[in-house]
This record gives sequence, structure tokens and C-alpha cells, in this order.
Amino acid sequence: MTKIVAVTDWWCQCNMDYSKIISERASTIKPSGIRRFFDLANQMEGVVSLGVGEPDFTTPWKISDAAIYSIEKGQTFYTANRGLIDLRREICNYYARRFNASYDPETEALVTVGGSEGIDIAIRALIDPGDEMIIMDPGYVAYEPGVILSGGIPVKVHLKEENEFKLTPEMLKAAITPKTKVMLLNYPANPTGGVMTKEDYEKIVPIIKESGIIVITDEIYAELTYEGEPCSLGSFPEIRDQVIVVSGFSKAFAMTGWRLGYVLAPKELSAAMTKIHQYIIMSAPTAPQYGAIEGLRACADEVEQMRLSYLTRRNYVVKKFNDMGLHTFKPQGAFYVFPCIRSTGMTSEEFCEALLNDQKVACVPGTAFGESGEGFIRVSYAYSMEELKIALEKIEEFLKKLNK
Amino acid sequence: MDELDKLLLTVVNKNARVELEDLAMMLDTNVDEVKKRLSKLEKDKVICGYQTVTNWDRTDLSQVTALIEVSVIPERKYGYNRIASKIYRFEEVETMYLLSGKSDLLCIVRGKTMQQIAEFVATRLSSIEGVTDTTTTFVLKSYKNAGVILVDDEDSRSDRLVVSM
Repeated sequence: MTKIVAVTDWWCQCNMDYSKIISERASTIKPSGIRRFFDLANQMEGVVSLGVGEPDFTTPWKISDAAIYSIEKGQTFYTANRGLIDLRREICNYYARRFNASYDPETEALVTVGGSEGIDIAIRALIDPGDEMIIMDPGYVAYEPGVILSGGIPVKVHLKEENEFKLTPEMLKAAITPKTKVMLLNYPANPTGGVMTKEDYEKIVPIIKESGIIVITDEIYAELTYEGEPCSLGSFPEIRDQVIVVSGFSKAFAMTGWRLGYVLAPKELSAAMTKIHQYIIMSAPTAPQYGAIEGLRACADEVEQMRLSYLTRRNYVVKKFNDMGLHTFKPQGAFYVFPCIRSTGMTSEEFCEALLNDQKVACVPGTAFGESGEGFIRVSYAYSMEELKIALEKIEEFLKKLNK
Repeated sequence: MDELDKLLLTVVNKNARVELEDLAMMLDTNVDEVKKRLSKLEKDKVICGYQTVTNWDRTDLSQVTALIEVSVIPERKYGYNRIASKIYRFEEVETMYLLSGKSDLLCIVRGKTMQQIAEFVATRLSSIEGVTDTTTTFVLKSYKNAGVILVDDEDSRSDRLVVSM
């Protein structure tokens, strides 16, 4: 007991001025503006959440079993920096077979700690202070801080609902300046569920080619495409040398907690990223890599079953929101819908906070993903039909009260 | 059968109790269309019934399940079908398959007691003309049935965060 008091005393006496110690770059990254809302949601008891960014399914057992078996066999060492060669081969086979994009497992594939690390090292390998990087708004929260940490300048393209949050050739042309070095795309998109089809990409590919910029394409949700075949930006031969594909196992294979992703890129770019990866990470965790090999070899059916579940839930949720009077476009991918709440006269944050307080239902304000998210909320349908039904009834109740 | 039928089957196969209105929304169609398709699937005997997945171990209705492998002599002209029909018509036979391999038929049989099943095998099944051998295996515990895990799963509680990006 005395000891604890002593330690506390020591802490009280400590009066470091950390604002002078924490690096300028770390200080520049803004904590999420809606931190307060998340704290509120996470502390509240009995919250019905529609706020998660991960599947509700557990990992297919074949994958878990293969990973456990690898541990039992004592395969607990570092792997090659780039990852197990068997896994890289499977990844390249998978990308060739599923997305018609071919990469060399020896020199063009790198296994990472989630897609997140892939994004980080891709940006680090490309961005110097002052370089501009085009990102989408609304967009996933990690991209902007990534650019800032490298001293780059984020340039935002403000996506529009009337275009289903796609990047149009006009928008892209307007965003490119002589300082533009990189663009980051994420389709199917978090938070909007927007998708770029082959036809959509074909319209921007010539602009990418002409401008000579590098495109990092975060295709983590590619497998979760609901109409037509999924398309990878890596499948366009004319810009192959300008594209870095980042993906992973989290979403389609329900492996978020395993933290396993990969980067596919032309040899020189892949080598630059591997250099960073080998110093900061060494190698991605070994057991998940063995699991992932099994996933790519044997879990296509499981992935398809999950996709069908998401598809039927999406249909249900979109219809429900539109019936309630919240205009919602029908997203073609990922597991989010992005209803427009402008008709309520509230801001996104006001709406989410009122909904949380009134019905204990947690959705994410669109503004968490950038200023163009204002007027929208992100609703995840990575929940069972039973959970979705309850949550949507509560939202309907909330709207009825509002309209009184 | 088109894509919508396949999707409809996938959904009701997992949960036959989804309400028609919900089914219509999930399939992005209307209630009449769902009704029409379900009736067609029922009429075509694609959907042959709707049952519950019951864990009898949790009831006080005692239930004994046995798997019975049956060897038979197939008949000229009828093959296995006629003798099979003599077996599957018994109420006790819940499920029955024709197998490749050592035995010819597999019957899943339910009864109230082991004695009841033993008696069924001895007096009804073995005595059928053409049945040459039976091997009865009693079920000790049901772990999983029709895709549903029946045992308590301590880890089934979700650890997902309330909000994640």
C-alpha cells in the first residue's frame, strides 16, 4: 500500500511539458473530431450498435484450424520479410483468378500486418514533404493522417451522392496539380459502400496514365461486391506500373483480429515498401499466414456464403431506410449503407447523438469520414437479421418522435 | 430456377421463419413474388417441408437416435428402390440414404428408448426379405444438427467493439 502511494506521489511531482516533447507531426494529426461521441457510445450500457467496421462472422474454421495446427507443429518463427512464399503464391494466384491482375510472388507481393500497414508503407515509400496526395472525402479515417505523417499534403476530392460516391473523370482532372504524386482510392468504399465498376475505372484510367501519378488502391472490400464482377485497378495493363494494390483478409475472410494483409505492386515499388516493412515489422505474424494459405485455397464457398448474407441484409436495410423516409442509395459493395439525414434538419453528429440518447442505437456520423460526410450517417449491416430488425425498428421509432 | 430462387433457398434454408415481408425486402422484390416463388418451389418438391432444429437433450421428452447401416440384396428390375421403400415407410425412420461403400442403406432412426429401437431392428427391419445384415450405432450426444451447433458455446459472446471504423 505504502509503495503505491509513493508511486502516486512521484507521478504528481512529474510536470513534464509534453507539448514540447511530442513531435510536431504526431501533434498535427487531429484526434477524431467525434471522439466524444464514440466515448459516449462505448460507455453506454445496452447499446444496439450499427457502428462496427468488421464482419459479424467468426473466421471460417478451416483457417483457424490451419493456424492452430501450424502452432502445434512449432511453426512459431519469423517468416521471410515478404511473408511465406506459399502464401504469396496463393495471393498472386487469387488475384489472377479473381481479378485478372497478375503479380510475381517473388518480387511483387508483400504480406503485411493488415491492410493498414500496407497503406502506411505505401504512403511512406512515395510521399516526400510537400508532395500532394489525392484522397476521397468521405473516406476511411486512416488515409489523411498517413499523408500528414509523411509531411505530404492531402488534397480532397469531395464525392457526391448523386454519383453514388464514385470518382468521376472531371473530379479527378480538377484535383491533379503539378505537385500531385499519389492518389488513394478505396472501392468498394468505407463508409459509403460505393463501387467503381470496370466501366467507371475505364473512364479514369487514361487520366491516371497521362498524369503519371501513382494510385494506391485499397481493395479490402473487393470480394464484397454485389452486382457484377468485382474489378481491381491492378487489372488495367496500361497503368500497371502506376498501381499499388493493398488488400487483406479482414473483411472477406472475416479475419479482422488476425491483422493480415498484403500489397501487390511493380517490382521497384514493392522493393521500396519491403525495405520499410523489414525494419518496422520484420514479418507479418506467422500463424495467421498459415491460416490465410488455407483460406485462399479452400474457403471460396464460405466467402460466397458470407457475401450472400451481406447482400440480402443490404437489400433489407436500404429498403427499410427509404421506407422510413431517409433517402438511401443502394450501395454495390462493402457492408455499409450511407443514409442521408438532411430531411431531419439535424447535422450528422446531432442526429447520431440524439439517436444514441433516445434509442441507444449507435451509428457513425458521416462527418467522421470527412466534411463531405455531413448530412449522412454510416450504418453497418455486419449484423444478424435479428439485430438489424431491432435496430431499424428503434430508428423508425426515433424518426416518428422527431416528426411529431 | 434462376438466381433469385437460389438466393431465396439460401435464406430460407438457414431460417425458414423469416417473414414474407422481410424476405421480400431481403431479395429486393415484393411479397407476391416471394409467395409465388415459394409455392412453385413447394409444388416442384424442391422445398419439401419446414421443420425445427430441436435439441431433444434439452427437453424432458426422451429421444434416442440410432444410425443403422443396412445391407440388402438388390432386386432385378427394381434395384434398391423397392426394398428401400419397405424400410423408409416405417415412422421410426427419420432419414434414409443409399450409400456407396460397404453397406447399402443408412437409416437414422428415432425412438423413445433403446429397447424400442432394438425391437424395431429385430422385428421389423431384419425380417424384411432381402435384408442381409444390419449394424446399429446409438448416438450418445448431438453436437451439431442441420448446420446448427447444439452444445453450449462459451465463447459465443461477441467481443466486437460497439463502434469501429
